[in-house]
Amino acid sequence: MVESSNPEPTARQDGSRYALSNLFRTSMLPRLALIGVVLLALAGAFAATAGWLSPQRLTPEKIVARFEEYNGVHPGFRRNHAKGVCVSGVFESSGEGAAISRASLFRPDASVPVFGRFALAGGNPFMADSPAAVRSLALNFALPDRELWRTGMNDIPVFPVKDAQGFYDFLAATRPDPKTGKPDPAKMEAFLKAHPEAPAALKLITGRQMAEGFADATYNSLNAFEFVDAHGTETPVRWSVMPVDPPKPDAAPEEGENYLFDALAGELESAPLRWRLVATVGEPGDSTSDPTIPWPDGRRKVTLGTLTLDRVEDEEHGPCRDVTFDPLILPDGIASSDDQILSARSAAYAVSFREREGETKEPSAVEIANPGSDAK
Amino acid sequence: MITETFPAISRVFHWLMAVLILAMLFIGIGMVASLTDYHWLVSIHKPLGILILILTAIRLINRQLNPPPPLPADLPAPIRAAAIGSHLLLYGLMFAVPLVGWAMLSAGAYPVSLFGAFVLPPIAPHDPTLYAALRTTHTVLALLFFAVILAHIGAALLHGLVFRDGVFHSMPRCTE
Ligand code: HEM
Ligand code: HEM
Repeated sequence: MVESSNPEPTARQDGSRYALSNLFRTSMLPRLALIGVVLLALAGAFAATAGWLSPQRLTPEKIVARFEEYNGVHPGFRRNHAKGVCVSGVFESSGEGAAISRASLFRPDASVPVFGRFALAGGNPFMADSPAAVRSLALNFALPDRELWRTGMNDIPVFPVKDAQGFYDFLAATRPDPKTGKPDPAKMEAFLKAHPEAPAALKLITGRQMAEGFADATYNSLNAFEFVDAHGTETPVRWSVMPVDPPKPDAAPEEGENYLFDALAGELESAPLRWRLVATVGEPGDSTSDPTIPWPDGRRKVTLGTLTLDRVEDEEHGPCRDVTFDPLILPDGIASSDDQILSARSAAYAVSFREREGETKEPSAVEIANPGSDAK
Repeated sequence: MITETFPAISRVFHWLMAVLILAMLFIGIGMVASLTDYHWLVSIHKPLGILILILTAIRLINRQLNPPPPLPADLPAPIRAAAIGSHLLLYGLMFAVPLVGWAMLSAGAYPVSLFGAFVLPPIAPHDPTLYAALRTTHTVLALLFFAVILAHIGAALLHGLVFRDGVFHSMPRCTE
């Protein structure tokens, strides 16, 4: 560095030092070069951090782009779990969760408003309902003091893969071949080889007991989380939402593109639906990082409370469309586990949300006529 | 040629915030391209961004109380204008980028959670179009911020290495 006490003796105070002729003197060139190097180094470090120099890296944007490539871009809709309806109701705590989590909604007598969204997994908002479609329930619990808890759950027992790369490859392997209409078996085989955790998980998923509708399904967090108690002690948990006295599935034939949603709306319009929110407590040795591995039967279950849903609205009129059920929107008392999929979900949901919020919205495939609705 | 330097307290603000803001720009641009590191980076990005907003407010008050040394009297008008303009822009961005971050999360109905159970109130209505616009604005302003900081560093080094007019040396040391 140059010493301040050593200005050029010849320098005059007439502004001549700022002239271009001074700037580009030969003796100045090394100094100008040094400045250039400093600026380039900073800009280069920035570009490297942004991933601009490593285009092969898997990013949240690439994952969302793959959904769009395979399902088409449906402006305004979620890029996954695109077809859904909004529901709302209330969560009433049993008080039993308070011993393992200090989250205020688990205190005895706590009761918080909830809204949520039932949906089908898949990026096509106009897909037809079918018995094997994976069903999901996402919930938003509004705690006091502006805290929120959002969770998205699926009705499968485990997740097929253990990381984001696995999910990215899974999307490719299960994509129907445009020619045959079925996934390419060779691609599936290559996928199963590359992701050794997937075969056992897929066996559990395809062999699951399928629910008839939305109302009688059990929805699972799949990913593990940590409950944090008043002393900061962490307890690994996975949670599920289980139906209490689900309505008898009516004998009506599975008809119509929206038969699952229509049945759900009919049920909710005739009587509230009730679920139990249950935490399964992991023991040492139970994997928290790998959602493909089920925890052994017989793990302690804590019934955190009861969820009562009594209102159904379509996406256009309900509260669920313009939010994202980012699984890491958690209140104090619930924390992320070491499952890397959670952070990847958070990042990908933000990309999907950012894109769809800027697009013109179309009505959802599921439209609910709400007589006398006071919806916004 | 100037010999006067910035007041010590102003230099502390300058270097503290320089480090914080550069860190924030790198954290921000890195986290949105990251899967595994996204969550923990966002959880430091938000409180650090609000801290910068608070520090900026205090720093502006300090600037009124402890004015900076004058620019060299013989600094040509265009350079003077560039200096004053870029400093205004830097202060503007120190406010705007974190405010837009806060407002965008508000418009997207995210809880603006900073730590523990502490969640800031929303400063914008829940509105999808507004969210999308603010989200883009946050990126554009942050990139502009980085560009202006590069220009600022380049200009400071020009003063120090080429013009040698004392401007560079009015800032360097953090303490007297
Ligand atoms: C790396 C793995 C995963 C990726 C990349 C991914 C991606 C996505 C994306 C992009 C959305 C749309 C978000 C939005 O626009 O708001 C979404 C929705 C959803 N995901 Fe995932 N997901 C992953 C794993 C999971 C897992 C493990 C579960 C379940 C337990 C899950 C459950 C859901 C649910 C329930 C929704 C719909 C929420 C709603 O109704 O708005 N996802 N997913
Ligand atoms: C000086 C302050 C700040 C700087 C320099 C800064 C910078 C950045 C940058 C460079 C990005 C990446 C943009 C992109 O490439 O898309 C970003 C994203 C983000 N910023 Fe900031 N930010 C600041 C303050 C804040 C504040 C105060 C908040 C909220 C309280 C905030 C919330 C966010 C969020 C949530 C994202 C990521 C959103 C997403 O994944 O969609 N920022 N920020």
